Amino acid sequence: MLSDVLQDLLDEGVGLLGEHLVLVLSAMLIASAIAIPAGVLLTSHPRGRRVALAIASIGQTIPSLALFGFLIPIPFIGGIGQHTAIVALVLYGLLPILRNTVTGILGVDIVVRDSALAMGMTRGQILRMVELPLAAPTIIAGLRIAAVTTVGTATIAAAIGAGGLGVFIFRGIASVDKLQILAGAIPAALLALAADGALGWLERKCAPR
Amino acid sequence: MSAVEFHSVTYRIGGRLILDNLTLSIEPGETLVLLGRSGSGKTTALRLINGMILPTSGEVRIGGKPTSQWDLVRLRRGIGYVIQEGGLFPHFTVARNVGLVPLLEGWRAEDIASRVSDLLDRVNLPARDYSRRFPRELSGGQRQRVGVARALAADPGILLFDEPFGALDPVTRLDLQREFLRLRADFGKTSVFVTHDVREAMKIATRIALLHGGRLAFLGPPGEFRQSPHPEARAFLDVLLESGPELNNAE
Repeated sequence: MLSDVLQDLLDEGVGLLGEHLVLVLSAMLIASAIAIPAGVLLTSHPRGRRVALAIASIGQTIPSLALFGFLIPIPFIGGIGQHTAIVALVLYGLLPILRNTVTGILGVDIVVRDSALAMGMTRGQILRMVELPLAAPTIIAGLRIAAVTTVGTATIAAAIGAGGLGVFIFRGIASVDKLQILAGAIPAALLALAADGALGWLERKCAPR
Repeated sequence: MSAVEFHSVTYRIGGRLILDNLTLSIEPGETLVLLGRSGSGKTTALRLINGMILPTSGEVRIGGKPTSQWDLVRLRRGIGYVIQEGGLFPHFTVARNVGLVPLLEGWRAEDIASRVSDLLDRVNLPARDYSRRFPRELSGGQRQRVGVARALAADPGILLFDEPFGALDPVTRLDLQREFLRLRADFGKTSVFVTHDVREAMKIATRIALLHGGRLAFLGPPGEFRQSPHPEARAFLDVLLESGPELNNAE
């Protein structure tokens, strides 16, 4: 009897976990593709940097459920479903990645940057061979923070029909079914821990010996 | 033709006058030491040579051509640069640090490898033991040797030294000064060397250019420097007299 229930949860859970992973991975990829280049550009524009970081910080203060709600009526990016959820998750992921990219690159020792310039490296070579590798641990730390929060926030995406492990949690709350809540919450927590562990490992691996 | 020519060079930053109408030629193969106190403009003069900064007025000519007309990437790849603590890339091995400019210049991998091991041997860091180490695994003196090898890597016509031995203990410093003289005899490069240490200047210079408040206070060989009546030169010579006996013991 109980084993039948568990079997059903497991069958449905695999699909929901897949949806959850799609939400998190797409949001992280898009957020990185925006925030890392933007962070690089902002290192040489102090005024733009303050404005961009302020906007990204304000974005993060909007409660996630409200943000999902706000996005629904907006044409193209809004509506019901996965893509609206991904837009919201991207907005949350931007700040830690942007901030850490800026901090990481500005933190490169001025003497090292100076000697790179004096050796006849071009701006692009300095970025690729010196600044990005030296900033990598800090940038990855930003990705790590973004990934862990995105895994958690993505559970709320079920509220606007985006699927994922939040489906179990919302259904469990509605039907006062602890088993369903746990079936959503435990895999989400494990996923967050796995993302944290994997990116933490990468962060240490990139640190200069 | 002179290797480097300063023509009435003035440099200001934020309204502050750093170099005031400097005219000076540096001849091929000589070691010109820019001597002066902190803030005298000596490092500024050095950075004008490889176009890290451009003159506010006047011209710095390298090979007869003003730095303002050079492609700065090309200019800098032809000028070796050594700074305090070496300025090595912390995430590169010793071999990669030394081979960087040849790599940027598109040398073949085996040519870079043989050049790197040859240079490491010549600065007394056997390639076999040192090429795979990272800068943090070296002492200050060893880092500085790597810095010198790196500056020599692509066989530049001019070498710039910005207080390279300033952060070293006196024993290592003396060691590297001797090494500098030996390498100069080997390679015969035109060198410009910034220091505030008059003993160092007297030891390694073929000519000394004494800067004081952005102006040239003295220019000539060390022997003439001892006779200079200029008050700033006397001030530096007093330092030399104070430490005279020490200097004799050291030699």
